[in-house]
Amino acid sequence: MELYDIIFYLIALTVVVSAAIVVGSKNIVRAAYSLLFTFLGVAGIYILLGADFIGVTQLMVYVGGILILLLFGIMLTNKVYSVDIRRENSYIIPSIVIVGIFAAFLIFVMTETNWVTADPTFPNTTVFELGKTLLVHYSIIFEILAIVLLIALIGAATLARNDNKER
Amino acid sequence: MAHVGLTHFLILSAILFSLGIYAIVVRKNAIMVMMGIELVLNSANINFIAFAHFGNYGISGQIVSLVVIILAAAEAAVALAIVLNLFKTYSHINVDEVNKLKE
Repeated sequence: MELYDIIFYLIALTVVVSAAIVVGSKNIVRAAYSLLFTFLGVAGIYILLGADFIGVTQLMVYVGGILILLLFGIMLTNKVYSVDIRRENSYIIPSIVIVGIFAAFLIFVMTETNWVTADPTFPNTTVFELGKTLLVHYSIIFEILAIVLLIALIGAATLARNDNKER
Repeated sequence: MAHVGLTHFLILSAILFSLGIYAIVVRKNAIMVMMGIELVLNSANINFIAFAHFGNYGISGQIVSLVVIILAAAEAAVALAIVLNLFKTYSHINVDEVNKLKE
């Protein structure tokens, strides 16, 4: 067993266990902190797959941005000190059965299909290729994404504004 | 155990996807539903990058995953604003008790 395999199994174990804690935990703050380890593990998976820039972007955007947003959401909407946070689950047993069948089906499809694969290459860095492709072949998508992000952030700020006070 | 190949990454992303779907279906708290959505988006990203790596299709798969990450950031911001408004209106964020668009 090579070092690559050992690292993959360690990261996969981290990701699955912490995602299970996210899904099953009764404490919502604990679930949010467990999501941190899921995102870190997924960034490690990206880097194992030779996508270093995507891994760093995952760290910056998910861990540095989305996770903080989620924590702010938790702290703004739950009274953290009160015990009676209504967070109980509903229909656990049927959901586990249906999602289990779905997961078994997915894994069956993933393992039984004959994927066409080539020998993977590990480039030294993907940043140059990524930037060139993004600005040459995908420049329209790049611009549209910038506008979408701007509109979404302005819209979020407008939606979350407190309207009770005088403008 | 076999040498780690494409199938291992696909199985990992399938497990992550199922866990995310489970969180979306079962949880009542809107923030927990958002966490499930993030898990699902991450598993889709793993699939894109795994196919780009093992299929030797160049760099396009990584660009799609960049697009997914940016859209996830926008989605999280808008969803958080909606959740804050829900909390202002209902003073709870249980998604199965929210059944009116306005008071």
